[in-house]
Amino acid sequence: MQRYLLSRLLQSLAVIFGVFVLVFFMVRLTGDPASLMMPREASPEEVEAFRHAMGFDRPLIVQFLDFTSRAMVGDFGNSLHYRLPALPLILERLPATVELASVALLIAIVFAVPLGLIGGSRPGSVWDAVARAVGLFGQSIPNFWLALILILVFAVRLGWFPSFGRGGPESVVLPAIALGVFTMGQLVRLTRSAVLEIRSEDYIRTAYSKGLRSRVIYVRHILRNAAIPLVSVIGVQFGYMLGGSIYIETIFSWPGLGRLAADSIGVRDFPMVQAIAVFTSFVVVVLNLLTDLAYALIDPRIRYGE
Amino acid sequence: MASREAVLGLEARGIRYRSGRLARLLLRDRGGVFGLVVFILVVVAALFSPWLAPHGPLEQHLAFSKQPPAWSAGGSWEYPLGTDNLGRDILSRVIYGSRVSLTVGFFGVLIAGTIGLVVGLISGYVGGRVDGIIMGIVNVVLALPYLLFVVFIAAILGRSLLNVILIFGITDSPIFVRVTRGEVLRIRQSGYVEAAISLGASRWRIIFDHILPNLIGPLITLATFEMSGMIFYEAGLGFLGLSVPPSVPSWGNMLSNGRKYLVNAPWIATFPGLAILFTSLGMNLLGDWLRDVLDPRLRRAKK
Amino acid sequence: MAPILKVRNLVTRFHTVDGVIHAVNGVSFDLEEGETLAFVGESGCGKTVTALSIVGLIPRPPGRVEEGEVILFDGERERDLLRLSEPELRHIRGGQIGFIFQDPMTSLNPVLSIGQQIAESLQEHLGMGAAEARRRAVELLDRVGIPDPQRRYNSYPHQFSGGMRQRAMIAIAIACRPRILIADEPTTALDVTVQAQIVELVQELRSELGMAVIWITHDLGIVAGLADRVQVMYGGLVVERAPVDALYETPLHPYTIGLLGALPRLDQAGAGRLANIEGTPPDLFAPPRCCPFAPRCACAFDRCWQEVPPLVEIVPRHEVACFFDVVTGRARNDG
Repeated sequence: MQRYLLSRLLQSLAVIFGVFVLVFFMVRLTGDPASLMMPREASPEEVEAFRHAMGFDRPLIVQFLDFTSRAMVGDFGNSLHYRLPALPLILERLPATVELASVALLIAIVFAVPLGLIGGSRPGSVWDAVARAVGLFGQSIPNFWLALILILVFAVRLGWFPSFGRGGPESVVLPAIALGVFTMGQLVRLTRSAVLEIRSEDYIRTAYSKGLRSRVIYVRHILRNAAIPLVSVIGVQFGYMLGGSIYIETIFSWPGLGRLAADSIGVRDFPMVQAIAVFTSFVVVVLNLLTDLAYALIDPRIRYGE
Repeated sequence: MASREAVLGLEARGIRYRSGRLARLLLRDRGGVFGLVVFILVVVAALFSPWLAPHGPLEQHLAFSKQPPAWSAGGSWEYPLGTDNLGRDILSRVIYGSRVSLTVGFFGVLIAGTIGLVVGLISGYVGGRVDGIIMGIVNVVLALPYLLFVVFIAAILGRSLLNVILIFGITDSPIFVRVTRGEVLRIRQSGYVEAAISLGASRWRIIFDHILPNLIGPLITLATFEMSGMIFYEAGLGFLGLSVPPSVPSWGNMLSNGRKYLVNAPWIATFPGLAILFTSLGMNLLGDWLRDVLDPRLRRAKK
Repeated sequence: MAPILKVRNLVTRFHTVDGVIHAVNGVSFDLEEGETLAFVGESGCGKTVTALSIVGLIPRPPGRVEEGEVILFDGERERDLLRLSEPELRHIRGGQIGFIFQDPMTSLNPVLSIGQQIAESLQEHLGMGAAEARRRAVELLDRVGIPDPQRRYNSYPHQFSGGMRQRAMIAIAIACRPRILIADEPTTALDVTVQAQIVELVQELRSELGMAVIWITHDLGIVAGLADRVQVMYGGLVVERAPVDALYETPLHPYTIGLLGALPRLDQAGAGRLANIEGTPPDLFAPPRCCPFAPRCACAFDRCWQEVPPLVEIVPRHEVACFFDVVTGRARNDG
C-alpha cells in the first residue's frame, strides 16, 4: 500500500506543478497580461505603468518562480477589483461552496445508491428501467437549465423554496439538487452496473451456495465490493462539484467561490481568477489524494498487497 | 506459423459485422434507435435551418415580443414556441442554435480526436520515456477541474466560435490520447502485432491494417460522448456570456437571455434548454448503443 | 446402502437470445450414503449444470429447471428440492449440501477475510454467535491443513496460494457438517502435487463426517483413486454408470472407451499415440432425437441415428445407454 500511496503522492505533486504552469500561462495566452487586465480605455502609459508594477516586464522564468514561490506560502497576489489579498477573500467564500457541494453530494448518494442497487439486482424489472432512466437523464440534463426550471416551479410558482441567497436549510435545497443531478446520474449508472457485474461473479454464487440470506449477500458481499469503484467516483465528483459550481452559484446568487469566479471574470479581475484557479485545483488534488487513500483502505488487495 | 489470412481474418472477424446482425441489434435496442433519430434530427436542423425555420433568427418583431407559445393564451402559430424580449421567434432560434452546437461539437471532437489519435499512437507504439512524458502530461490535465479552466480560458480569449472550438478541441484531447494509447497497448499485447511482424509486415502496414481498424470502434464511441459533452459545455459558456457573440443564436445565449425573463416569459429559457436536453439524451443513448455494438469484448447475451 | 439423494429425469434449459440451450436432457441417478459418485465428461456435457440444478443455483433469468425430481432423504422425511420454497432451500444449501467450486481465486469474496467467510456460514445455519463462530472457523482452518490458523483467520483470499485457497473453500463447504458435498472440478485449477493433497483431504473429511460426495471432473485419471461409482455424461445425458473398477475394466460405452483410450496409462507405456476422440462436441441448441454421441461414434449404426438410447442395466450396477454391444461387436438385441 505504501508504494501505491507514494506514487499517488508524487503524481499529485506533478499535477500541482502542472497547475502552476497552466495558470501562469493562461493569463499570458494573449501575449500581454497587462493589457488583458487593464480596462480597454486605459492609455498606453497606464498599461505600461501597470505592467511594470505587476512585474510583467521581467523574464518569464523569474515571473514563474516568483509566482510559484509566493503561491506556495499562500500569497496569491491582490484582487484588482477588491484591492485586497486574494486568498482571504477566497477562504471567506469557501464554506458556502463546501456546504453546497456537500449537500449536493449527499442528495446524490442517498438517491442514487439504493436505486442503483435495486435496479442492478433486478435486471429487466421496473426498478431497473427507472434506474437506467434516472442515470440517463441525470447525465443529460444541463444543470444550469434545471436550476432555472427548479426556480420557476418551486420558488416562483409554488413558493416552497427561496430562489436566491444563502440562508436557512431550505435555501440550499434547490441549488443542491441542481448541482447534484449529474452526479446522481453517474452514481446510479455506476452502482447499477457494478451490482450487475458483481452479481454474476463466482464468489456470489459461492455465497448463495452457503445458503446465506439475500439481504446479507447484497449488503455484505455485493455492496461491499461495489463500494470500491463507488468511493473513487464519489471523491472525484465532489471535486467536480467544488470546481463546477459556477453556474449554480451564479443563478442562485449563492455566495461561494463559483460566484466569486464568475463575478471576477465579469470585471476582468484576472489576478483573482488566477488565484481561484490555483486554489480550487489544489483542493481538488488534495481531494483526489484522499480518495485514493480511501480506495486503498477499502480494498484489501491494495491494503495488504502481496 | 500463422498464415496471413488467419492473422488478418482473426481481427477482421472482430470488427466486421454482417449487416443483418447490425440491423437486428439496432431494432432490439430502442434506445439506440432513438439516439440515432435525435442525432439525425439535429444534424438536419443544423444543415437545413434556413428552410426549416419559419423566420430568420435575428428578425425582430417588436410588436409581438414576449409572446407565449402557440398553445397558451395569447400565443399564435405564427410563432409556435413564442418570442423573446426582442420579438425574435424562439423556434427559429432554437433551430439555428443547433448550428453552433453541432459545429462546436463536431469540429471540437475532430480536433480532439485527431490530436488524441496521433499522440496516443505515438505514445503507445513508441513507448518508453516518450510514453511516460506524454502520459504524465495527460494525467495532469485530466486531473484539473475542467469547467473552471475552460471558463477562464474562454474569458481570456474572448467570444468567438473559433475560440470555443479550439478550446474544446485542445482541452478534450487528453481523454482521446488515453483511450487510443490504451487500445494500442492492448493490441500490442494481444499478439496480432508480433504475428504480423514475424510475417515481415512493415511498421506502417501494422499500424494501418491492424491497429487503426481496432481503434475505430472505441474512438467513435468516445467521440459521441465527448460531442455530447461539448454541446453541453458550449451552452454553459454561452450561458455565462463567454461563447459566441450575442448576435449569433446559440442555445447557451438563449438561456442566458431567458434567465432575465424567467418569471414573466419562461418559454424563452425553457425551449433551448429542452433542445440541449434532448440532444444530450440522444447522443448519450447513441453512444451507449455504439459502445455495445462496436466493442466486441463487451458484447454479452442480453436477457 | 440407503440412498440419500434421488434424482429423476432432470431437465434444465437456458433460454438465451441466441436460442435455447439444452444443458441437461433427462438425468437420473441415486446417491448413496457415504459414497463418492464421480460425474465425468467433457466441457458442456451437463455435469456441472446437473449439480447446480440440484440446489437451485442455476442463474434464474436464462436458466430453468424444466422437469424432474430431486428427492433428499432425511431420516424418515423425503423432500423434493425442486419444489421447496426459497427459504427452505436456503436452509439446505450450506447446511445439508456443501459446494466446492472450481476456481478458488474467483470463488472467494476478495474483500472479506477467509475467516469471516467461514464464520458467516456457521452463524447462518448453526446460529453461532460471533466469538463461537470464530473459534470454530479457526478449528476448521486447522483441520483443512492451513498453518497458523489464528492469524490466517484475518487474511484475505489474495494472500493465499492456490492450494490454500481451495482448502479454505473446503473449510467453508464442510463448516456445517453437510451430509452431501458436491465438488465441482476442485482440482482442475491446481497443479498436480497440490491436486493429490486436496483429493486426500476430501477423502479424509468424507469418512470423518460421513458425507456422500459428488465429484465432478473431466479427468478420468483422478477418478480411479477417488470414486466408488462413476457416471459418464455426454450431451446432457448419462451414457454409462458403474462402480469404478467395472468401468475401467469393462467399459461398455464407446465414449467411455474413447476417454479411457485417451488416458495415458502405466500399463501401456510406449504403446504409441494416445487415441483421440474424433469430432466436435454436440450442439446443445438443437439436440437431435438420436444418440448424442452418434456423430463421433465409430460403432454407430442406423438405429443409433433414429432413437435416443435409454440407460439400461446390463450387468448388476452397470448401466449403459447404447444400442451397440461393444463386447460382442454387434447391435444389442434386448431393449
